[in-house]
Amino acid sequence: MRGATGRWRAALIPLLAVLLSLLIGAVVMLASGYNPLPAYAALFVGAFGTPFNIATTLAHSVPLMLTGLGVAVAFRSGLFNIGAEGQFWVGSIATTWVGYAVGGLPPALHVALALLAGAVAGALWGALVPGLLKAYTGAHEVITTMMMTYVAIQLSHFLLEGGPMQAPGYTPVSPDIRPSAFLPLLVPRTQLSAGLFIALGAAVIAWLILERTTLGYRMRAVGFNARAAAYAGIDVAATTVLALGLSGAFAGVAGAVEVLGVNHRLYDSFTAGYGFTAIVVALLAKNDPWATLGAALLFGALSTGASYMQLSAGVPSQLVDVVQGIIIFFIAADAIIAWLLRRSRNRKEVAA
Amino acid sequence: MSLGDFLGVQTWVGTISWGAPIALAALGGTFSERTGVVNIAMEGLMLISAFFSVLGAWALHNAWLGLGVGVVSAMLFALLFAWGAIRFKADQIILGMAINTLAMGLTGYLLNTIFGYGGTPVNTPQLPTVSIPLLASIPWLGPVLFRQNVLIYALFILLVLSHFLLFHTRLGLRMRAVGEHPQAADAAGINVYRIRYLGVLLSGFFSGLAGAYLSIGALNSFNVNMSNGRGYIALAAMIFGGWTPLGAFGASMLFGFASSIAFNLQGLGIPKDLVLMLPYVATIVALAGVVGRTTAPAADGVPYDPSESS
Repeated sequence: MRGATGRWRAALIPLLAVLLSLLIGAVVMLASGYNPLPAYAALFVGAFGTPFNIATTLAHSVPLMLTGLGVAVAFRSGLFNIGAEGQFWVGSIATTWVGYAVGGLPPALHVALALLAGAVAGALWGALVPGLLKAYTGAHEVITTMMMTYVAIQLSHFLLEGGPMQAPGYTPVSPDIRPSAFLPLLVPRTQLSAGLFIALGAAVIAWLILERTTLGYRMRAVGFNARAAAYAGIDVAATTVLALGLSGAFAGVAGAVEVLGVNHRLYDSFTAGYGFTAIVVALLAKNDPWATLGAALLFGALSTGASYMQLSAGVPSQLVDVVQGIIIFFIAADAIIAWLLRRSRNRKEVAA
Repeated sequence: MSLGDFLGVQTWVGTISWGAPIALAALGGTFSERTGVVNIAMEGLMLISAFFSVLGAWALHNAWLGLGVGVVSAMLFALLFAWGAIRFKADQIILGMAINTLAMGLTGYLLNTIFGYGGTPVNTPQLPTVSIPLLASIPWLGPVLFRQNVLIYALFILLVLSHFLLFHTRLGLRMRAVGEHPQAADAAGINVYRIRYLGVLLSGFFSGLAGAYLSIGALNSFNVNMSNGRGYIALAAMIFGGWTPLGAFGASMLFGFASSIAFNLQGLGIPKDLVLMLPYVATIVALAGVVGRTTAPAADGVPYDPSESS
């Protein structure tokens, strides 16, 4: 430990957080009468056991990568966007509308336009209300982004339950988008679409913006110390609005990719809570774009494996949410891990 | 539907029953924030209590015991939150998200593990609605104030007690001192950590009552994510109310009113889903309009480290 470099130690805490959380998850299973070993085995098989499962895991990781990047970008600016879920929804809504209402476009253009609609909708949802309010009234973005999420969910209920986007019939679902707006599948008969490349590209864009542009520099400066940034001549208000807009754009694209690549229509409540898991993803990745991809893969695997675990080992899939909560707890209070390490080391020394 | 119906007795009964769980949590929030801990975990604490109240009421065949189980469980999770926030100086917002995620997962997991996929049993005991003799028969005021669930009466009593505790006792003065200037409070011999634990635990107690109201007060069942953002709304109500018990109560009732008329507006042919946005929109508006006119406790959200001077 003593010789470990700072970077190595930085990666150690998230790793230990995940392992400890899985361990506590096992204790929870034991305490409620399940055997954790077959459950975790099922979790692993469900996530990686067959090529189909791997493709599904990747497919579930894509929206997490995109929403996770969104949350990470905001975090780097010192903003806690817990409303990625709502931005995901409005992105889905806008993309779906462009997908079925706009016709006569060549596929590439239609897809691009639909993606753009999702990005813009998500960006506006993040920038217009939470962004402007944070910048000019100081209203805390944690509450406003969360409230906007509930508004977005109600909006989609309204649109689909007898509203203007409901397809003919009685089911609360939108019309199918046109095939020209479909994202091609990477593996036939799976959910894995070219959205994976969009997510990877988004990580590159996030990295470029954060590390190689003046906007990114301003965002990080505001995140590091808003008062010092203002003193250095950075427009903190504008940077705040832009950061929440950018953050929302990533989440909006996540919704767009779900519609264009997987669902091909808007369902009432089709979300798997990606926008919330995104918070864990970004935190675990310490807001680094590349690490976000890896963290998203981990949680994609957990969510894919969870359904199989419930089917084959009978353990409710929400166990994975419990584990996620504990992971965030350890990331937030990472001093606990250092404390546990210190205690175990002291005990070893006493034993020796 | 006339304006009379619109603002009739039912609207006000609804205002109180929608506003009560928010007000209960918001009252608790004032204690947490006045001592310097931002508690967005109230959302999760409500959910924990909502579940464990039903579990306790069902397993012990008694709604009161259920209430006890729910409140104690919320306080245990509040203790966990306090431990991370105070002892380990964690980021309070992130830690709050951790508790909320954990609460969502754990209650869903236990719901399915204990009750199966069919939901909680229909014969779960419920906390009683009590009519106060004589007062309940007063026109308008009777049904609104004196024919309510027992937890509503508890809310009124706790509101007065909270105000008194925070502004008219030594302990209240210490709490406020710790939230404003922990270094000075420490120098004056106040145990900053202990006061903050107390603030967060009180918040757990109140969120526990709020959660129990949702599950065994207003209903007798638990649904996944039944707190549905009320913990966040309570936080906003507390801010809107200027970090005071009376203000928090008033703001909560405003949100209760927004929810209550939402159901009346539905009767006027306005789509229910748009109307149901109202409490959330009202929360945003309240939050936007008010900041600048009221100020948070100076040390709110800042972990206390005795080695730092300010």
